[in-house]
Amino acid sequence: MSAVDKKASAGIALATRGLSRSFGSLVVARDIELNLPVGARYALIGPNGAGKTTLINLMTGMLPPNDGQIILGGEDITTLLPQARVKRGLARTFQINSLFAHLNPLEAVTLAVCERRGIAARFWQNVAVNKDAIEEAYEILSKLKLGDVCYQPTRELPYGRQRLLEIALALATKPKVLLLDEPAAGVPQEESGDIFEVVAGLSNELTLLFIEHDMHVVFRFATHIIVLVGGAVFTEGTPAEISADPGVREVYLGKRHHG
Amino acid sequence: MLPPIFGVLFDGIAYGMLLFVLSVGLSVTLGLMNFVNLAHCAFAMLGGYTTVVLMQDLHWPFFATLPAAFFIAALASIVVERTLYRRLYRASDLDQVLLTIGLAFISVAIAAWFFTTQQQPVDMPAYLRGSYQFFGLNIGVYRLFLVAVGVAVTAMLIMTVEHTRFGAQVRAAVDNQRMARGLGIDVDRTFAVTFALGSGLAGLGGALAIEIVGLDPSFAFTYLVYVLIVVSVGGLGSILGSFAAACLIGISDVAGKYYLPELGAFLIYLVMVAVLMWKPAGLFGRR
Amino acid sequence: MATAPTTPQAYLQSLSRWRPIEIAFWLVTLVPFWLFPNYLSLANQIAVAALFALSLDLILGYAGIVSLGHAAFFGVGAYTAGIFSKFVWGEVFTGLIVAALMAALFGYVSSFIVARFRHLTLIMITLGLGLLLHSAANSAHWLTGGSDGFQGISVWKVAGLFKFDLYGKVAYAYSLCTLFVVFLCARRLINSPFGLALRGIRDNWVRMPAIGADSPSHIRKVYTISAAMAGIAGALIAQTTQTVSLDALSFERSADVVVMLVLGGAGRLYGGLVGATIFLIARDQFSGIAPQYWYFWIGILLVTVVMLLPNGILGGLSKLVGRWSRK
Repeated sequence: MSAVDKKASAGIALATRGLSRSFGSLVVARDIELNLPVGARYALIGPNGAGKTTLINLMTGMLPPNDGQIILGGEDITTLLPQARVKRGLARTFQINSLFAHLNPLEAVTLAVCERRGIAARFWQNVAVNKDAIEEAYEILSKLKLGDVCYQPTRELPYGRQRLLEIALALATKPKVLLLDEPAAGVPQEESGDIFEVVAGLSNELTLLFIEHDMHVVFRFATHIIVLVGGAVFTEGTPAEISADPGVREVYLGKRHHG
Repeated sequence: MLPPIFGVLFDGIAYGMLLFVLSVGLSVTLGLMNFVNLAHCAFAMLGGYTTVVLMQDLHWPFFATLPAAFFIAALASIVVERTLYRRLYRASDLDQVLLTIGLAFISVAIAAWFFTTQQQPVDMPAYLRGSYQFFGLNIGVYRLFLVAVGVAVTAMLIMTVEHTRFGAQVRAAVDNQRMARGLGIDVDRTFAVTFALGSGLAGLGGALAIEIVGLDPSFAFTYLVYVLIVVSVGGLGSILGSFAAACLIGISDVAGKYYLPELGAFLIYLVMVAVLMWKPAGLFGRR
Repeated sequence: MATAPTTPQAYLQSLSRWRPIEIAFWLVTLVPFWLFPNYLSLANQIAVAALFALSLDLILGYAGIVSLGHAAFFGVGAYTAGIFSKFVWGEVFTGLIVAALMAALFGYVSSFIVARFRHLTLIMITLGLGLLLHSAANSAHWLTGGSDGFQGISVWKVAGLFKFDLYGKVAYAYSLCTLFVVFLCARRLINSPFGLALRGIRDNWVRMPAIGADSPSHIRKVYTISAAMAGIAGALIAQTTQTVSLDALSFERSADVVVMLVLGGAGRLYGGLVGATIFLIARDQFSGIAPQYWYFWIGILLVTVVMLLPNGILGGLSKLVGRWSRK
């Protein structure tokens, strides 16, 4: 909490200050400054290898930064463990499905809900007695159109449904800020719209940052775009500003060159 | 006159060299593929019995049996790798542990069937027996020979890994397997060759060990524990790590038995647990 | 699959319902009293081994921790029960509880080490701690009797009524009851929110922190519970045989229990029970052959299970049943 200016952080859900990380001589994050206002819909774009997933890993604590701070709702969370950040309301999804293959969606989401409610360590009671937790899990699944398949083992679900389960698991932690790493990765184009409809339908109080390659999707759903190149913020702005920016065209849209 | 601690140090280092030759192959293959091969010392035992048979039944000189021990163990490892191991590279730790421990059990039973559970006697050539007196220290000739072999093997391995094309491929694959595959390195083939070389070295180690620790069918398990300790203390995939760890464990073991005989093998387990608590990836490990 | 459940809660409730085959299984455990009265001491050993394998199942089958040193807790339980009844008092149930607490203490302390590691380092740490304890017990001759074994245990009648007899009737009844009670606890644990978390850890270690789970804390807890259960198994063998040998702590015992569990099928609660039964009956039948050849067959068995039956006997059976009922 210390060293963070309260006034500057008002209305900001998630911020980074001078966030940096390198592997030897390879810089994957260079002095990144971000401010995500509460309820924002931010897109994070950039060429391959720009460090987009790395940035999510840094913010969620899966990769420790060399330098800089991460501030969630005014609190400095830079040194917290990943699970402690989740408990404070910072959730993420994975670009490559990272699910519980042998649990069914109901069990998996119930587990996440139990973890949030702090009852997952209860080894003496049947899981079925926790009516509220189970109903909450089922509600999340229904909202993401997974209600009809929630008794099937996860590994047998169609791929598109598994992508939705990724989001359901993150939502079960009741996040304030949700980081989506290519939520529709690998999904056929005609289905990816469905996934983004679900994303767009999420609560307005939830702050969103998503990585996406499809520019139509980005311009349709994002209120603000951050362009990342070579581990640094190249520019940011509204969709209109970004599409008009000749520099962005050159490094990203124009495919003339990139690192 | 030098105090006995120098003698203990020398014997510990000689013993450490033996452990190094036994374990370095496992370290590199583990670093490459994360394949938990608990049958590693079965190959060492095969090398040992190769030497015994060649010397006792065919009257080969000791030195001539060493390359044979190397090649027979390497050959056997290629067969096992092709038929069984290959299918389990992406399997769970548990499956790998079960399969390889099963193979170790089988090897023990086969060795007992052919050679009984008795220790195998081997007559070392005269020039390897006896000892030198050196400022009051008793320096065994055979132990001196072990140190020479250990240093030679280390030098050869480092030369191979640092200065040959094959070595570069091994280093790349240990470092980052996905990137190595991307660069067009055939990681599976690199692994197969490394695996054969490592098992061959184990076979050589098994042959060299007879004079120091004897040879009976329980070798495959007794020395597996030592080898695993060396590998995990040294860090996976690191030749220098194995070298340092082998010296550390060798000296600890000899010193423990000399100064604190009532504690038995307690000391080396303590050393291992302490090192792993301090550095979970081992002394020279990166992961 | 049975009929579709009405609500998600009813569905989760239905998962923990007793199935007829389970009741049949427990009825079968009573059969030796009438049909094999000469084999009751073997039945007692099976019940103890089954309890030990069940304790390993919690950490290996459910939380995915491969341990090659689980005999440490079995041995601690055995020695504690032995020492307690020799020097303090011989009542068996308090002996069990004291042994469980002591093993739990050892488990709790080592769980802080175990929870930090995965993969090979974890296997090495469990192996190393097991060997450490084995050589410590060997050195502490004054307390444990070292390699001569711990002698002179005298236990009272069970519940003041039943004296341990030569045929093992009371011993088997006592061990079986203990096994059943501990099994009920384990079954409850598996169907709890905590059981769900353990399966989550086994399935996807990386995802757990991303749903806010503190996996190391879960692992510490289950490791302690499992150690206590293994300690009870060790205490049973000490009380019913009235001796403890050093091999209660040996690597072979750790390896055997892994083999039993995997043979039966890990992560199925009954796998360890079935595996222990088959393993010990086979060993009894082949007791004529020397131990080194016995391990030859164990080796063949392990290779076969890994290559052909990856989920053990119960896994293979349930697959067979599934295929058959789908036709």
